[in-house]
Amino acid sequence: MPALRLANLSKTYRNGVQALKGIDLEVAEGDFFALLGPNGAGKTTAIGIVTSLVNKTAGSVQVFGHDIDRELELAKACIGLVPQEINFNQFENVEDIVVNQAGYYGIPRAEAKRRAAKYLKELHLWEKRDGISRNLSGGMKRRLMIARALVHEPRLLILDEPTAGVDIEIRRSMWRFMRKINLEGTTIILTTHYLEEAENLCRNIAIIDGGRIIENDRMSNVLRKLTVETFVLNLRERLSAPPRIDGYDVRLVDESSLEVDVSRERSINRLFAGLSEQNLHVLSMRNKTNRLEELFMRLVEAKGAPPP
Amino acid sequence: MNRSRGRIRENLIGLYTIVYKEVVRVLRIWIQTIVPPAITMTLYFIIFGNLIGQRIGSMDGFDYMQFIAPGLIMMSIISNSYGNVVSSFFGAKFGKHIEEMLVSPLPNSMIILGHVAGGVARGFIVGLVVTAIALLFTDLDVEHPLVTLSVVLLTAVVFSLGGFINAMFARKFDDVTIVPTFILTPLTYLGGVFYSISLLPEFWQDVSKANPILYMVNAFRYGVLGVSDVNLGTAYAIIVGFVILLFAFSLFLMNRGVGIRD
Ligand SMILES: Nc1ncnc2c1ncn2[C@@H]1O[C@H](COP(=O)(O)OP(=O)(O)OP(=O)(O)O)[C@@H](O)[C@H]1O
Ligand SMILES: [Mg+2]
Repeated sequence: MPALRLANLSKTYRNGVQALKGIDLEVAEGDFFALLGPNGAGKTTAIGIVTSLVNKTAGSVQVFGHDIDRELELAKACIGLVPQEINFNQFENVEDIVVNQAGYYGIPRAEAKRRAAKYLKELHLWEKRDGISRNLSGGMKRRLMIARALVHEPRLLILDEPTAGVDIEIRRSMWRFMRKINLEGTTIILTTHYLEEAENLCRNIAIIDGGRIIENDRMSNVLRKLTVETFVLNLRERLSAPPRIDGYDVRLVDESSLEVDVSRERSINRLFAGLSEQNLHVLSMRNKTNRLEELFMRLVEAKGAPPP
Repeated sequence: MNRSRGRIRENLIGLYTIVYKEVVRVLRIWIQTIVPPAITMTLYFIIFGNLIGQRIGSMDGFDYMQFIAPGLIMMSIISNSYGNVVSSFFGAKFGKHIEEMLVSPLPNSMIILGHVAGGVARGFIVGLVVTAIALLFTDLDVEHPLVTLSVVLLTAVVFSLGGFINAMFARKFDDVTIVPTFILTPLTYLGGVFYSISLLPEFWQDVSKANPILYMVNAFRYGVLGVSDVNLGTAYAIIVGFVILLFAFSLFLMNRGVGIRD
C-alpha cells in the first residue's frame, strides 16, 4: 500500500486559476520523495489538498489507503505537515504551540509535554521553549514547525520548502535530521528549490509544471537527463572574437569572458587544452545555470509546451 | 468498538485543548476581556440605576435599580460571549493558526464546541463580575436558580455560536464589529433591558416580541426576580431553537470550509 496516492487530482481556484490539471502520483511507504517545480507550479496546492487545507475540484487522494473523502480523520492522523508559510500563533509560546498541536491529535497532556520536550530538544529549540514564538529567528521558526509536525509521530511527513531562507549550517543539520527520521521509517515528501538538496536526500522525484506532472522517476534517472552544462570562463587576455575550439560551442560574452556549453560525455580537459594552445589563460570559471532551472527547461522542451 | 471509544477519547482531549487555550487567553488579556465591561456596567448602574432610577420609581413592583440589574448582567453576557469567539476565531483565521486545527483529525464539531466553550466561559466570568458590581448597588435574591443558570448558559451558547459564524464570514477586522454595532446592540437595548414592554403601546409590544433577545432578558429576569414580560416556555423554545439552528449552520459552514478553505 503506498503512503500517498493521487489520482487525477485537479484544482481550479475561485478566481479561475487552474492550479492542478489532473495529477497522478504514487509515493511508496518509506520513500524520501522530492516534489520539484518552478514557482506557481502547483506544489503547495497539491500539498494543501492532501492535508485538508484546500478543497479539491476533482480526483482522489489516499493516505496509507485511507481515502480523504471517506476516512478523512484516519487519513489526517497519518500526516504531519510543515507548511511553506509560518502559520503558528506568533503570540503563543514555543512549547505551548507544540503541546497544543499534540492535543488536537488526541494526545493526553502529560504525554504531549514529554514529546514536545523530545522534539524541541532534537531541533535545538529547547532553550527557547518559554519564549514568545514571534521572537524566534526565521530558521528557528521553520524548525519549530518541524517539531510541531512530528509531535504526533506521523507516518508521512510533508515538508513544503522547509529550508527556504535557512543558513547552510542549519540546513545541513536539518538534512541529517530528515535522513534520520526517514531511516527510522517515516515516509517523507519534500519540496525545495535546491536541486542539491533533493539530490542529496531523495530517492524518487516528481517534477510538476503548470499543474501537470512532467517527470516522475528515480532521482538517478532524472539526473542523467542533465546532459549539458554551461560554464562561464574569465580570461586574462582580451579578445575581439571567440576562439575556435573543435567540438565546443564557444561564445564571447564580453571582451574577457566566454560562455561554453559542455555535454556530459565530453571532458572539460580538451577545452582547456584548446585554450592553452591559443595562449589564453583562464583566471576563474563558474557554472552558469542553476542546475534545477536547467533541468526544468530541458524537461519542458523535451515534452513540448503543454497545451494551454 | 474499541477504536470508536479511543476516537471519542481523542476528540475529548482535542476539545479540552481548545477550551483550555481559550480560557487562558481570556484570563491572560483580562484588561481587554474583563475590565471594560466592568467599567461600562458600573457607569450604567450609577447613571441609570442611581441617578435617573430614583426619579423613575418602581417598575413591575421592583425599584428601578433592581429591575435593570438582570438586564445589564444579560447584556454583558451577550456581548462578551459573542465578542470572545468572534475575535478569537477570526484571529486564528487571520494569523493562519486555524490551520493547526484543520490539518488535525479533530472533527469540526469539536472545533466549534471548543470555541463556544471559550465564549461561554468569558460570558460567565463577566456575568459574575457584573453581578458582584450590581450587589454593591442593590440586593438581588435569585428566585429560581436553575432557570437563571440555564438561561445564562443557553444564551451564552447562542451568542458564542453567533460570534463563530460572524468570524467565518469575516474577511477583515472591520467585519468583526459590524454585527455587534448594527444588530446586537440595538436589539439588546430594545430587548427590555431598561424597561418592561408593558409600558409600550400594544403595537410596539408586538414588534418587540419579534426580538429574540427580549425572551432571553426576560427569562433571566424571571430567574432572578420572578417577573417576566413573556411566557417562560416560549422563551426556552426560542433560545433552544437558536442553539440548534446556529450550531447546525456553523457545522455546515465548517464542513464546506466557507472562509477558511479555498
Ligand atoms: N488561494 C489561492 N487563490 C487563487 N489562486 C491561488 C491560490 N493559491 C495559489 N493560487 C495559484 O495557483 C497556482 C499554483 O500555486 P502554488 O502555491 O500551488 O504553487 P507552488 O508550486 O507551491 O509555487 P512556489 O514554489 O512559489 O511555492 C499559482 O498560479 C497561484 O497563483
Ligand atoms: Mg509553494
